[in-house]
Amino acid sequence: MEFIVAKYNYWIVIVLLMIGLYAMIAKNNLIKKLIGMCIFQTAVILFYVSTAAKSGGATIPIIEHGHGHEAAAHAAHEAAHHAAHAVHAIDYVNPLPHVLMLTAIVVAVSTTGVALALIMSIYKRYGTVEEDEILEQIK
Amino acid sequence: MSSAQFPILLVAVPLLSAFILNIAGWFNKKYCLPVVIVALVGSVYASFGTLFTVLEQGTIRYRLGAWLPPMGIEYVVDHLNGLVLCIVSSVGLITAIYSKRSVEQELPERIPQFYTLYILLVTGLLGITVTGDAFNLYVLLEIAALTAYALLAVGEDRAVLSSFHYVIMGTIGACFYLLGVGFLYIKTGSLNMIDLHGLLPGLFGSNVIVVGFAMIMIGVWVKMAFFPLHGWLPNAYTYAPSATSCLVAPLMTKVSVYVMIRIMFSVFSPEFTFEVLACRHIIVWLAVAAIIAGSLLALAQTDFKKMLTYVVVAEVGYMAGGVWLANTAAITGAILHILNDALMTLCLFMTVGIIVYKTRGHQFENLKGLYRTMPFTMTAFTVGVLSMMGVPPTCGFFSKWYLILGAIRAEHWVFMGALLFSSLVNAVLFFRIIEIGYFEPFTDHHAHGDDHQPEPIDEGPLSMVVPLWIVAAALVIVGMYTSGIVTKVIQFAVPEAIV
Repeated sequence: MEFIVAKYNYWIVIVLLMIGLYAMIAKNNLIKKLIGMCIFQTAVILFYVSTAAKSGGATIPIIEHGHGHEAAAHAAHEAAHHAAHAVHAIDYVNPLPHVLMLTAIVVAVSTTGVALALIMSIYKRYGTVEEDEILEQIK
Repeated sequence: MSSAQFPILLVAVPLLSAFILNIAGWFNKKYCLPVVIVALVGSVYASFGTLFTVLEQGTIRYRLGAWLPPMGIEYVVDHLNGLVLCIVSSVGLITAIYSKRSVEQELPERIPQFYTLYILLVTGLLGITVTGDAFNLYVLLEIAALTAYALLAVGEDRAVLSSFHYVIMGTIGACFYLLGVGFLYIKTGSLNMIDLHGLLPGLFGSNVIVVGFAMIMIGVWVKMAFFPLHGWLPNAYTYAPSATSCLVAPLMTKVSVYVMIRIMFSVFSPEFTFEVLACRHIIVWLAVAAIIAGSLLALAQTDFKKMLTYVVVAEVGYMAGGVWLANTAAITGAILHILNDALMTLCLFMTVGIIVYKTRGHQFENLKGLYRTMPFTMTAFTVGVLSMMGVPPTCGFFSKWYLILGAIRAEHWVFMGALLFSSLVNAVLFFRIIEIGYFEPFTDHHAHGDDHQPEPIDEGPLSMVVPLWIVAAALVIVGMYTSGIVTKVIQFAVPEAIV
């Protein structure tokens, strides 16, 4: 039990991955396959994002030490107090996985788009999105 | 122009030309192909320039935007990917010239869209090859895959469904790769390949790293259609437009094999892949299964193009097996086979393209009497066939020779047997084709009541036959200069740790 609770984020990701994989392989309806694909991709995205988290109240880098108009006006002043504003990596969640996943989301969206376009084209041609019915027609 | 900028130019020029091409296509469809050709000539020039710089000065590390790795992304070109870059850009260029008439016939309405995707696909493949960053590789892998889905889907009736299956399988592959990279990132905090190579040796005992490696390998194997995971390939490639098949069939699987080699040796190390993990023999056995299954399934086909796609599956087994045999001769053979197989596959698929252009089909019955009606095409095809069977002096012989030497060195007799078996099956396969083409009388396929005037079947257009002949000549020339290629380039691409 301890094993599951301590690493619960990984367990969620694994469950989602398996749901997605099952849908992609076992479902007969092409839209359901596509939904499975989206779940699979989302699981990978959640996996990355959850690895960025840190325990102990770490926050997002932009929340503290905001560099708004105030910072611009007091640039010289800030320099003097730089020591007080020193950045400690431990206070912030790791931003890199989030940035990476922005790209992965773009990829996932485009893949979904292409797949939907293909399904539309299949539907126009065969009048159905059930795979067995399409295969029947091809024969 | 400074040659220092070549690594970025060879990707940036085709990428930016995709935008220009799209705009040019709005005005006039005729502007599309020249833009593609100019961009790819630039890529070919930059690729060869990069390779020659590497031959003189060793590995090039190009820092994008002058950001220092591991924070910034860098492009790394060494002997291995220098060679692959030249293959990708040259195949892209030759196929672009070849594709003109074929695309005009098959996709008259969609010429600008076709060429935009075409050039983006070449960009993606070049980017996969040149990048030195594991996550950047994922993005480019998906750029190449997304464009390939669309390009494959615009073919015959069944193409859309097979392309959809490819979307599903390709996404599974890419996600597995991404998960594997995530595992490495958790442990090391780095995505730069050279940096990872430095950080990983201390962690080779970790289960996370082993699982990460396995996931990356599974992902790459799906992409390269390694035997049990090859299901998407035959239908997707068979029903695609001819020009797409000519571009995708020689390059996609070969670039994925390159990625596998890059991950095994440059991100991880030979000690890890061959000594820490005790799965080397299992994978060679999988390769044996791929070769035998690919050959047998090819024998069962009555569709010429589909038969070739199963030959591609068998050839992937050659390369994967060669790499995992883990000795210098076998790895040299595998890398040489990336070059040779790209050329051979291109030659055969170009022949199919010309046959489809003239007879509108790629069944065996479309081949009847073609040696009489299109002698130049079929002569070039015969050169490709001889290379596929491994007859000297064509290049197919030499890579097979190195692979067999490697199998003997590793004392893996079954793999050697599979190679010889596959050569024999290829002989049977292609002699059957040659027999149909040579001895069966020509029948007019348009005879049964077509209302339009049937076109006479004769030699294909020059813009298709000349590129085919260039490739056929390249098969012989590469064969004759094999020793030069091996001693100047491939020798340095094999990791030094391997004996």
